[in-house]
Amino acid sequence: MAVPMLRWVGPGRRCALAWVDRSSRHRREAPTGSTSNGTREQSSVAQQPLRTAQKLRKGEHKWAAVVGLEIHAQISSNSKLFSGSEVCFAAPPNSLVSFFDASLPGTLPVLNRRCVEAAVMTGLALNCHINKKSLFDRKHYFYADLPAGYQITQQRLPIAANGNLMFGVFVGSKRSHMATRTVRVKQIQLEQDSGKSLHDDLRSQTLIDLNRAEGQLRVDANISVHHPGEPLGIRTEVKNLNSIRFLARAIDYEIQRQINELENGGEILNETRSFDCKLGCTVPMRDKEGKQDYRFMPEPNLPPLVLYDTASLPARAQPQQVINIDQIREALPELPSVTRERLVQRYGMLPEHSFMLLNEVGLLQFFQNVMKETRAEPKTVTSWVLNVLLGYLKHQNLAVSESPITPSALAGLLDLLDSKAISSSAAKQVFEELWKGEGKTAVQIVSEKQLGLMQDREALEQLCQSTVEGHPRVVMDIKKGNPRAINKLIGLVRKAALNRADPAMIKALLEKLLA
Amino acid sequence: MLGRTLGEVSVALKQGQITPTELCRKCLSLIQKTKFLNAYITVSEEVALKQAEESEERYKKGQSLGDLDGIPVAVKDNFSTSGIETTCASNMLKGYIPPFNATVVQKLLDQGALLMGKTNLDEFAMGSGSTDGVFGPVKNPWSYSKQRREKRQQQAQGESQAAEWLITGGSSGGSAAALAALTCSAALGSDTGGSTRNPAAHCGLVGFKPSYGLVSRHGLIPLVNSMDVPGILTRCVDDTAIVLGVLAGHDPKDSTTVQDPVKPFTLPSLTDVSKLCIGIPKEYAVPELSSEVRSLWSKAAGLFESAGAKVIEVSLPHTSCSIVCYHVLCASEVASNMARFDGLEYGHRCDINVSTEAMYAATRREGFSDVVRGRILSGNFFLLKENYENYFIKAQKVRRLIANDFVNVFNSGVDILLTPTTLSEAVPYLEFIKEDNRTRSAQGDIFTQAVNMAGLPAVSMPAALSHQGLPIGLQFIGRAFCDQKLLTVAKWFEKQVQFPVIQFPELMDGCSLVFENEKLASVSLQQ
Repeated sequence: MAVPMLRWVGPGRRCALAWVDRSSRHRREAPTGSTSNGTREQSSVAQQPLRTAQKLRKGEHKWAAVVGLEIHAQISSNSKLFSGSEVCFAAPPNSLVSFFDASLPGTLPVLNRRCVEAAVMTGLALNCHINKKSLFDRKHYFYADLPAGYQITQQRLPIAANGNLMFGVFVGSKRSHMATRTVRVKQIQLEQDSGKSLHDDLRSQTLIDLNRAEGQLRVDANISVHHPGEPLGIRTEVKNLNSIRFLARAIDYEIQRQINELENGGEILNETRSFDCKLGCTVPMRDKEGKQDYRFMPEPNLPPLVLYDTASLPARAQPQQVINIDQIREALPELPSVTRERLVQRYGMLPEHSFMLLNEVGLLQFFQNVMKETRAEPKTVTSWVLNVLLGYLKHQNLAVSESPITPSALAGLLDLLDSKAISSSAAKQVFEELWKGEGKTAVQIVSEKQLGLMQDREALEQLCQSTVEGHPRVVMDIKKGNPRAINKLIGLVRKAALNRADPAMIKALLEKLLA
Repeated sequence: MLGRTLGEVSVALKQGQITPTELCRKCLSLIQKTKFLNAYITVSEEVALKQAEESEERYKKGQSLGDLDGIPVAVKDNFSTSGIETTCASNMLKGYIPPFNATVVQKLLDQGALLMGKTNLDEFAMGSGSTDGVFGPVKNPWSYSKQRREKRQQQAQGESQAAEWLITGGSSGGSAAALAALTCSAALGSDTGGSTRNPAAHCGLVGFKPSYGLVSRHGLIPLVNSMDVPGILTRCVDDTAIVLGVLAGHDPKDSTTVQDPVKPFTLPSLTDVSKLCIGIPKEYAVPELSSEVRSLWSKAAGLFESAGAKVIEVSLPHTSCSIVCYHVLCASEVASNMARFDGLEYGHRCDINVSTEAMYAATRREGFSDVVRGRILSGNFFLLKENYENYFIKAQKVRRLIANDFVNVFNSGVDILLTPTTLSEAVPYLEFIKEDNRTRSAQGDIFTQAVNMAGLPAVSMPAALSHQGLPIGLQFIGRAFCDQKLLTVAKWFEKQVQFPVIQFPELMDGCSLVFENEKLASVSLQQ
């Protein structure tokens, strides 16, 4: 049986996060505020300079883009949103399907407590208002991997709404400066997922897997462009983006496409598009999915979902029958924005460094463990963790937990650097030795490889003396007033000292000799 | 034995007057003889006999499971039964064998009941005659009763007319016919707009619709989820209480069931009704109401009044809106609920395979009757974005007004409402099919559907035989979750009217049955 591909819905029960910022769903609403807030300015697609200067007409050259994301994220739970059947990655097809999942007539949905708690927690983490009463709706459409003919979701009154998330982006010509942005979250809703369709074009067959537990992220992006100060443009929806990279590429492409279309006198259709990741462009989807009427209706088999806080908790409530928002709030770990702020305050760290520390699992912990054991400055530790350690890990595709260098080992190395026992280039060599993971300490390596800085001033003076004598031309240059010529001498002395001499000290000695 | 109440049969089983196997065989034999009634779609003979054997073993060991152990029951064919075909009287589900039991079926079986079979209905319970299913119409056993024949002879009506058979009402007509034909001791129906009470009234039975949320719907193939409840058909109110005691209570598989624990209960025998206030809704005195039902209704009211109860006229002002409101809500939920029948996972699938859409369309065209397709079409119309506010939302608001009507009446001091169940006694099939399903459903449910929209408990009680010798039922409506009180009042009424047991000696001949409760229509309500 052939099924034309209508949508490729990723499976699993999921919590749909509708992150909508100045969504074109409210197209009549005038743009507010300044330029940030998730809107993509023209500058963000500067790497695709499709518009040439001569095309610009006076006063009409600036475009602003508005992007709203519908993010489907799978909840980490042991069983499905509305049935007791298990969730397990890579289970054999249709092996985890309850009677409800197969939509046998007469079966009814039963809400999974864990999923509700996860949704509340997500809502709190995203600064949302948690609705103490939320409702479930049926969204109807016919598709082979949707056995009930409808999906249970929270269209009208979702579990959480009106939140925001702060995040950092690199800006500036070299993308070196970190700026903070805020994206508004319109709503968070619990949504049952469809199954998975596997299209066998060769045999013109479609196979259905109702396990629905794979693929953790799927994003639909709504995109429009307009001139600032004018009403928002017509939006298009690019569906089923399943990685952050493709999401960014699809949005950049679509913004540029819309601008080109409009500047060439064309118009934007309110249509559904898909992203061709091989060609890097968006194309209209052939079906009329965008025009479907989903015939929303309240789900009659699920009473309103009522949540409590400590103040509203009924006196005789059984703990297993109620969910207390305050309790979940208390159980929340420190949120990343708070942690980042703390790092900036305590260590005088750059905001971008705080983002980097938090973006890698385990890196913050590693950093903090090094800080506990070393006398080195936070700035030095940050630099070594982010520039050296992280670079090595990325290069070998290792997780922080797999690092061959322990926090203590790095702390030992940084102590030697801090006390000027070794030069920073020698420190790199020590790091490389430590990376081999042979169990030696930094001190051992320094002593074995004789990497310690020359502490003998007389010996160093002699080295300087002989270098000056051996390179009269360079000395001439210096005397003629070439300020950079001394660097050459410093380099030569360092080499002669097998990289074990402090360049500052060499410079001082040379200047004294040549004075 | 077969004419007795469930309670009496239970005593006979406990006392060893009859064994479960003997009882089961008698019922099976009568099911065969009454096959022409078309009450059963599937007779689960083997299952029933095996259950009877097991029950017999328990009785022998003195380990009876309770009042329902060894009791033959029939179940409407829209309740899922594990391993037994469940069709909803639709081509769409012919051959569908559920892998699980509906909670109510499981509870009956857990108590040792014998499942005699699955009973006929209107397709997907959409109807009020039990005439619109793919297995053909159900015939009302009273068509062939001695009582009706005698009345007809008195009135010297022609033979041809006498041969006219009557509908059972519906949509649980198969369950009502199975029970009225004495092939079981209790039966399960479903009630969305009156589907249990309506056939109960036409077949001279107690037909009970519990409060919404008291009894699990898990496994009941839905018509309108927000109104459906499993219904109980029995010969007397005490039997209803026995069955309700087993079925009621929270079900983790149905989130709309109440959490409060429910225990089995016995109904007290009321001796004093002087503290009762009975409300008579004036809006129910519609012009279409037959004069016979109308006069029986006022006689019943008089019965309470003369026993000292306060009987007052009350108003349910939004009653006239209920049919239209019900139509919109019912069609909308039907459109949604029927979406799952696409031929992919189970049930009928057409031979067309050019595309999924073509397969869906042909499957649903072949699988559903015109009645079902008509409701799906109108339901989808009501749910369209452009219509949702004007139809669905409005109907929901009207539903709230209708529910509030009842709340207001009960808050004004009324304990129980007394109304007719149907406009008239059962009509001949040929008469019935002159109107289309929608008109018939609207008429058939006129007194019953508002109760479903309000989620209240209601019971249709057989009150008397008509001039034609046919049963007439009256309806009692109670406050939400005051099911026990409602049944207590119904029990008092039952005792006053002494409704007769159906008699058809020819059928019974081979069964060597003796009817022990041969009482004709009651003294107090004799027409």
